[in-house]
Amino acid sequence: MNSRANNASAGLAALPDEALLDRLQRGAFGYFTAYANAANGLIADTSRADSPCSIAVVGFALSCYPIAVERGWMSRAAALARTLETLRFFWRSKQDNQPNATGFKGFYYHFLDMQSGGRVWQCELSLIDTTLLIAGVLTAGCYFDGNGEEAEVRELSDMLYRRVDWHWARNGEDTVAQGWKPEYGFLHYGWEGYNEATILYILGIGSPTHPLPTATFAGWTLTYQWENLLGQNVLYSGPLFTHLFSHAWIDYRGIRDAFMRTKRSDYFLNTQRAIAVHQEYAVRNPQGFTGYDQNFWGITAGDGPDNRQLRQSHRDRRYFGYMSRGAPYGPDDGTLAPWAMLATLPFGAERAIGGTRHLLKNYPQVCTDDRFSSGFNPTLTCNGEGWLSDGCYGLDQGLLVMMIENYRSGLIWQLTRRCPALRAGLKGAGFDGGWLSDEG
Amino acid sequence: MGGGCPMKVNPTSPGSEPFSDNVYRQSVRPQAWQNPQPSGVYDLAVIGAGPAGLAAVELATRHGLRVAIIERDRLGGNSLNAGSIPSKAMIRTGRVDAALRDGADIAVSVPAMLQTNFAAVMARMRRIRTRIAGYQSAQRLSARGVDVYFGDAQFLSPGALAVGGVPISFKKALIASGAQSQRSNITGLEQIGYFTSESIFDITALPKRLAVIGGGPLGCELAQAFCRLGSQVTIVQNDPKFLPHEERDAAELLSLALSKDGVETRLNTTVIAARQGKGEKLIDTVNNEVNSSIAVDEILLSIGRVPNTANLGLEAAGIESDAVDGINVDDYLCTTNTNVYAAGDACKAHKFTNIAETSACIAVRNAFGQRTERESHLLIPWCTYCDPEIAHIGMHVLEAKRQSIPITSFTVMMQDVDRAITDGQDEGFVKLYVRDGSDEILGATIVAARASEMINEMSVIMCAGIGMRRLATILHTYPAQSSAIRMAALAYEATQPSEPW
Repeated sequence: MNSRANNASAGLAALPDEALLDRLQRGAFGYFTAYANAANGLIADTSRADSPCSIAVVGFALSCYPIAVERGWMSRAAALARTLETLRFFWRSKQDNQPNATGFKGFYYHFLDMQSGGRVWQCELSLIDTTLLIAGVLTAGCYFDGNGEEAEVRELSDMLYRRVDWHWARNGEDTVAQGWKPEYGFLHYGWEGYNEATILYILGIGSPTHPLPTATFAGWTLTYQWENLLGQNVLYSGPLFTHLFSHAWIDYRGIRDAFMRTKRSDYFLNTQRAIAVHQEYAVRNPQGFTGYDQNFWGITAGDGPDNRQLRQSHRDRRYFGYMSRGAPYGPDDGTLAPWAMLATLPFGAERAIGGTRHLLKNYPQVCTDDRFSSGFNPTLTCNGEGWLSDGCYGLDQGLLVMMIENYRSGLIWQLTRRCPALRAGLKGAGFDGGWLSDEG
Repeated sequence: MGGGCPMKVNPTSPGSEPFSDNVYRQSVRPQAWQNPQPSGVYDLAVIGAGPAGLAAVELATRHGLRVAIIERDRLGGNSLNAGSIPSKAMIRTGRVDAALRDGADIAVSVPAMLQTNFAAVMARMRRIRTRIAGYQSAQRLSARGVDVYFGDAQFLSPGALAVGGVPISFKKALIASGAQSQRSNITGLEQIGYFTSESIFDITALPKRLAVIGGGPLGCELAQAFCRLGSQVTIVQNDPKFLPHEERDAAELLSLALSKDGVETRLNTTVIAARQGKGEKLIDTVNNEVNSSIAVDEILLSIGRVPNTANLGLEAAGIESDAVDGINVDDYLCTTNTNVYAAGDACKAHKFTNIAETSACIAVRNAFGQRTERESHLLIPWCTYCDPEIAHIGMHVLEAKRQSIPITSFTVMMQDVDRAITDGQDEGFVKLYVRDGSDEILGATIVAARASEMINEMSVIMCAGIGMRRLATILHTYPAQSSAIRMAALAYEATQPSEPW
C-alpha cells in the first residue's frame, strides 16, 4: 500500500493554472527519462521494477521529446539522440516469424525486453500498440526538420512506416485483427464498436506501401453505436481513454467522416460529449462509490485493487485488478484514473482543471513528484485511505504530456497536420473539411 | 381461468398426487395408448406435437378440419419437456436462492446456512411440467376429436405418410418435427458421456462441478442456474462474447453477472478434447495458444440445435431440406411440395417457442386460406432468462447499418429508474433503436430483471406503429420498471427542437 502524500507535490493545489499545468506536464514527462533504456530508446510499460517495454509507450515518448525541447526540458540534441536511438533500434530489430523476434511484417510485439528488445511474455504482435508507436515515429519525422542526423530521423521514420504490412493484418477480413502470435496466428478477439483504433485505420489507409483498403474504415464504422445516453448524443465507447488516444495525435476539430456527417457531429465534439457522460455518471453515482462527483470522474483502463469481493455499504462490492473500466455500462468498481480528468484538457479546460484541483486538494496522495498514479479507489480503504496504485503507467503519462501540450500550444496537432501519412489516411477514410481542406 | 381458456382435466383418482410423474407420462405419452385407425383423408396431418404442431392443431380444429397429429416422443416437444419450461422452473429456484443470499442488501437478515435441496428442486420442476402438460394431454386432444398417433412418421408419397406401417392420407401436411441438440465432434466426449438439454433435466443429483460447453442462451441460463443451485460451474465459449447474436453491451453485462454469481467464464476458448480422469471428467481447452484442462464431474453440451429432418421420407414427398437450415420453405412457409408446409424449429433460424407457435398458425392459414401471410413480416421478441434477463425485438444496430439506415439508440440505464432502485434490481438498460430524422422505433434491446415482460410492451408498441413522440405521452404506472421505456421516449423528446415559452 501507498504512503501519504509526497511533499514534493503538496504545493500544487495553490499554483495558478499555467504554473500548475507546467508542473504536472513536466512531472509526467519525467517518466520518459526515468524509465528509459538510453541504449535503445525503449521505455518501460510501468514504473514497477522489471517492467518490460511497451511499444505504445515508446510511441508516446517519441511524441513527447519535441514537447520537452520546446518547453526547454531537454536540449534538441539530446532529444534527437534519444529519438535516433529508438528509430535505429526498431529499424534494425529482428523482424521474422520466430517467437523471440521484436516484430514481424513491420509490426511489433506489445511488450519487449528492455535490454534485448526481444518479445516477452509470449505477448501478441499488437496492431493498436504498433499504431501508437508508429504515430510517435511519424511525429518525430515531422518535428526534426533539419539536416544531418535530423534527416536520418525523417528517413527512418518513413522507412519504418512503409515497412508495416497493414494489408496482411486484415487476414482477408473486412476489418483488422487485433493481433497475431507466431504460435497461433491471428487472434480471435471481437473488435466491435468505436474505440481508440481510429488512428490505426487512418495510418493503415495512408500507407504508400501496404495500405488497408479504404473500405475497411467503413467496415469498422459499421459496428459503431450512436446513442442518446445520459442526456448526450454520443458515439459510444465506455472507457475514457478510447475517446482520447487517437486525439493525442490528430486534431479532429472541424473534420468529419461520412458517419459524423450523418450525425452532424465530429470526433472532437464526440469526445466532449463522452466526457460529459462520464461526469454525469459520476454525479449520479448509481453504485454509491466514495468520492464520485462532478469534480471527480474518469473511468478508464488502468490499475485496480485486485480481484476481491467485499461487503460494504449494504452491498457486495467486487473489485478488479488491471482492467478496462467504462461508464455507464461498467465495469466500475469505484476505481478512477487520477490523470484522466487532466488528460481531457483540450476538450474543456474548466472541467479538467477544476476536477484536477479538487483531486489534488482532497486526495493529494494521488500525485507523487508531480506524477499521477494509475489508479485510485477511495471506496476501498486501507488504513483510512483509499486504495492507490503504487505504479505509474507510461501510457497515462504520455497521453497527459501530449494533451496538456495540445491545450497549451497545439504543438502536436500542428506537427501532424503536416504529416502526409495522416493526411492521406484521413482523406482515404473519407474525412474532409476544416484543416484538411488547406494545403498540406 | 377466464372465458375461452381450456379447463384442465387431470386423469387422477381421488386422493392421488395431481402432478405426479405418472400423470405426466399419461399426459405426454400414455403407456397403453392405442393409435387410432385412420379413416379417409385427413384435412391436415401434423408431424410433431411440440409448440408448433399443437398450435396448428388448435387452430385447425377450431376451423372444423379433420386433423391427425403424429408424435414420436412426448407431446409438448422440447419446450415443455426439455427446454423452456423445465429450465424456467429451475431458474426460478436459483433466483430465489440468489435473492435470499442478497437479502442483506434489502435489510432482510438471512440465516447463514441456506440450503437448496436439489432433488426437491427437480421434483418441483417435474410437478410444474406435469401441470402444464395437462392442458394439451393426449386424452384432451383426443377428446377434441384430434387423432393422436405416437410413432415415427414417414412420407410415402406427396399426399400420404405412414406411422408404424399404417398409411395416412392427407390434403395438407405440416412438418413441425422440431430440432435436437447438436452433437459434438470433440474428441473423446462421446466416450466419457455428457448431457444435453434433452437429458439434463432428468438428473436427480446436483453435479458438484459442471462444465457447460457453449455460451448461447441455454448454456448461459443453465450455467447460472446450476451455479446458483450450488454447482461449481465453468462455462466455455468459443466466441469472444456470450450470446453472439446480442449486442455487445448486453453480452458484456451478462459476462459480469455470470462471474459475479461465481460462474467461471472462459471466453474465446475452444474445447479440443475430453477424457476420463480418476473419478472425474477432464476437458482440454485452448485459449489463443494457451492449453489448459478443466476437471469436472459432469458436462453439459449446449452448442446449438439442429433441425430434425432425418428419416421423414422427405424425398418421397418431393420436399427439399438441408442438414443445417432444415426444411426449405418459402416466405409463406410452404415447402417444395405445395401441399406440405413447415413451421417451428424444423425450418427456422430462431428456435423459440413463440416463433414455433406463430409460424405454425401462419402455415395453417396459408395452407387452407388465401396464402397471404408472410413469415418475414413477423416481429419477434425473444429473451434469454439469465439474471438480468436479456431481451430483444426487431432490428439490431448492425442490421440497420448494413441496410444503410441511420439510427440512434435511446438508452435508459436501469440504475436511473426509480422502481429498479427500490427493487434493488438496477442492473441493465433499455435501448430503443430509432430511425434518424423520424420517431420510428425499429427495434429494442432490454437488459433488466424482468426484460422478458418489458419486451412485450415493445412488441405492442411496434406492432401498433407507435412512435417515440406518441410513446412519450402514454402514461405508465409509477413507479414501474417498464417506465424505462417511456423514459427513453422522453429522452427522444428532449432532443427535438423546442420553441421557447
